[in-house]
Amino acid sequence: MTSDATSSSRNDSPSIRVGLFVTCLVDLMRPNVGFAAVKLLEDAGCLVEVPELQSCCGQPAYNSGDFSDTQRIARQVIAAFEAYDYVVAPSGSCAGMIKEHYPRLFATDAGWRNRAQQLAGRCYELVSFLHDVLAVEDLSIARKGSVTYHDSCSGLRELGIHGQPRAFLGRVSGLELREMTDSNVCCGFGGTFCVKYPKISEHLVSNKVANIADTGADALLGGDLGCLLNIAGRIKREGRATKVYHVAEVLAGMADVPAIGDADTPDDTP
Amino acid sequence: MKPTSSQFKKSARVALVDPDLQRAMGFIRSGFVENRRAAVEKLPEFDELRRSARGIKEHTLQNLDFYLQAFEKRVKADGGQVYWASTPEEARDIVLGICRRAGAKRVTKAKSMVGEEIAINEALESAGFEAIETDLGEYIIQLAEEPPSHIIAPAVHKTKSQITELFHKHHARYGYTERQTEVPGLVDEARQVLREKFLSADVGITGANFLVAETGSTVIVTNEGNGDLTNTLPPVHIVTAGIEKVVPTREDVSTLLRVLARSATGQEMSVYTTFSTGPRRQNDLDGPTEFHVVLLDNGRSQMLGNEFHEMLRCIRCGACMNHCPVYQGIGGHAYGWVYVGPMGSVLTPLMVGLDQAGDLPNACTLNGRCEEVCPMGIGLPGMLRQLRRRQYQNRQTSTVSRVALAAWSFLVRRPRLYRRVMGGAVASLAWLARRRGRFRHMLFAGGWTSVRDLPAPQGSSFQNQWRKRRQGSQS
Repeated sequence: MTSDATSSSRNDSPSIRVGLFVTCLVDLMRPNVGFAAVKLLEDAGCLVEVPELQSCCGQPAYNSGDFSDTQRIARQVIAAFEAYDYVVAPSGSCAGMIKEHYPRLFATDAGWRNRAQQLAGRCYELVSFLHDVLAVEDLSIARKGSVTYHDSCSGLRELGIHGQPRAFLGRVSGLELREMTDSNVCCGFGGTFCVKYPKISEHLVSNKVANIADTGADALLGGDLGCLLNIAGRIKREGRATKVYHVAEVLAGMADVPAIGDADTPDDTP
Repeated sequence: MKPTSSQFKKSARVALVDPDLQRAMGFIRSGFVENRRAAVEKLPEFDELRRSARGIKEHTLQNLDFYLQAFEKRVKADGGQVYWASTPEEARDIVLGICRRAGAKRVTKAKSMVGEEIAINEALESAGFEAIETDLGEYIIQLAEEPPSHIIAPAVHKTKSQITELFHKHHARYGYTERQTEVPGLVDEARQVLREKFLSADVGITGANFLVAETGSTVIVTNEGNGDLTNTLPPVHIVTAGIEKVVPTREDVSTLLRVLARSATGQEMSVYTTFSTGPRRQNDLDGPTEFHVVLLDNGRSQMLGNEFHEMLRCIRCGACMNHCPVYQGIGGHAYGWVYVGPMGSVLTPLMVGLDQAGDLPNACTLNGRCEEVCPMGIGLPGMLRQLRRRQYQNRQTSTVSRVALAAWSFLVRRPRLYRRVMGGAVASLAWLARRRGRFRHMLFAGGWTSVRDLPAPQGSSFQNQWRKRRQGSQS
C-alpha cells in the first residue's frame, strides 16, 4: 500500500480496510460528501484511508476517446488502491469505471488486466457497499421532510444500484420518499456531453427537473455528484426551491450544510 | 440520400423547439416505450428469449459465409436469382437493371431500410420509373420528400394536419379534392390511391427482416398488409437486404419474431408475417414470375470480427431510439441519414464516414438505456466510445478540446501538483461565490452556464482538508 496513505480509525479493531476513492468532483466541489462517506464507513466498522496519489478515475479521457491516457490514469489508480481490502467511491459512475471498464482497457496486457480485475472485484459504490457487503441495517438517522431519488445511469445500469439507497432512505425516521416519473432516465449530464451539446442537455435536464417538481418533494437526492450539479444548476436557473444533496450526506446525518448550489448566507436575489 | 449529419447541432436545435415534433415524440414515449414495457412484463421468459435470439444471430455471424451460400443455393434451386452488391451504387444498378429488363414503368415498394440506404427511390425516379412507397408512413414521407425519422415509424414526426395538406396537394390529380381531416378518412384515401398502384405495378420491391438459409425464403413483417400486395401482385419481386439478415432456419425466425415485435411496438406479433420463397410455381394461384434477391454489403463485412461486430446482430426494432432521451428530444431527422438514434449513431459514421457524421458518436450521454432494452444485447454505448476513439486517433477532434484534455490529463497524472493547482482554483471560486453559492455566468464555461447555473465549490478541497486534519491530529 502507499506509504503516504493516511488513516482515521475510531474502532479498536477494525477488520476491513477501505481505500476511499474520493472522486474528482467530490474532492473539488463537495468535500462534505467525502466526509459523509468516511463517517458512514467508519460507523460501519471500517478503517478508512484516503490514498494521496489519487485524482480522477479517467472517465473524461476515456469518453473522449483518449484510451492511452486513460490507461495511464487507470494504472495510477490501481497502484494506489490495490493493497486495500476494498476500494469504495461515493459515485456509481467512478466505481463503474474501475469495476467495469478498467479490465477492458488492458485487453492486450495480461499483467495489468489481472491487476485491474483483482481491483474490480473489490470495488464498490458507497451505498451499495454499505448495503450489500457490510449488510448495514440501520443508520439511526432522523430527518423531517420529503425527498425524491434520481437513479444515476452508470450506477443503475453498470452496478445495479436501485433498491439499496431506497432501503436506507426508507429507514430514515421522519423522511418520506416520493418516487418521480422516469427516475431512471438520464438527467442530461453525460460528462462533456452537457457542455458540448448544451441545448440537448437542457432538454433532458428540464424534463428531469419537471419530474422532480411534480413530486413536490423538498429535496432531490442522488448518488452521483455530476448529475446532482447538473440538476441543481438547472433547478436554480428555473428559480425553483428544491434542495439538492448527495444521498450520503443525508444518510450520514450531514445534510445540515447549505445544499448544492446554495450559499452559506442565503442571498436569494434572482 | 445525401447525408446531412454534419449539420447535426443546428438541426437538433431546430428540432428541440419544433412544437409539432415535440408532440410526436410524446407518442414515442407513451406509445412504444410503454407498450414494450407491458409486453415484456407479460412474458416472464423474455430475457431467456433474448439470449436465444442473440445466440442465433451470433452463431450465424460466426458462419456468415456458409449461411449466405446456403441461402443463395436454395433461392436458385427454387428458380430465383441472388445478386451480391458491395456498394449502394452496385445495388442500385442491379435493381435498375432488373426493372429495365422487365420493361417496367411502375414500381411499388414496401418498407425497406436497405432501400433507404441505397436511395432506391431517387434512383428509380431519375431512371424514369414511377416509384411508389406503399407503407403508409413511407408513403407520407415520400410525398413530403423527406427521409424517415424512425426505422419502424418513418412518419412519426408528421402531424395529422400536415398529412391532410400533403394528401390534398398530391391526391387532387386522382380526383380527391376534399380535405380529409380525420384519420379514417386519410387512411381510406391513401388506400384508394395505392390500390390502383398495387394493381398496375410491374415490379414490387420489399426489404427483408430475415433471410432463411434452409428454405431460401425472405421474411417481412408489416402491420398494414401492403407488403403482401407488393410481393404477390406484380410479376417481378425484388428483395433488397443486408447480408447480416440471414438466419439458419424457420425455427430461428420464430424465436427472433417473438423478440422483434415486442421490442419494436410491444405487439406479440406483427399483424402480417410473410415468407416469400421463390417465384410462382406451376400450381400456385398467385405470386410473381420472377424472384430476385439483392444482398448488400456496404461496409458490413468490414464490421465482422472488429469492434463493431455486435452491430450486425441488429434486427432493426427501434427499441434503442424509442428509449434514447436524446432521440426523444430531437427526433430522427437531426441525425441526417437513414438510420437514427443510437443504432444510427453507430451505423452512419461507419457507412457514410466519420468525417461526415462526427457529432453522432458524441451526442450521447452514455446512459446505457439503449443497451439495456436492445433485444440483441448490442453494446451501443461502448461502440460509440470506440468511434470517439477513432476520432481521437485520426485527430478529428477540435484542437481546443485536445489541448484541454492533454492539460487535464497532465495534471491528473500528477496528483500532488493537481491538488495544489485545483485546490487553489476551487478555493478561489468558492470565495467568489460565497454570497450566492452558484454562478450564472462563467468565462470558458458557457456550455454549462448557457442553460443552467454552476453550483460553486464548497471551499477547500476534500484532500486539502483531509491532509490538514491529519497534520493537526499528529502535532
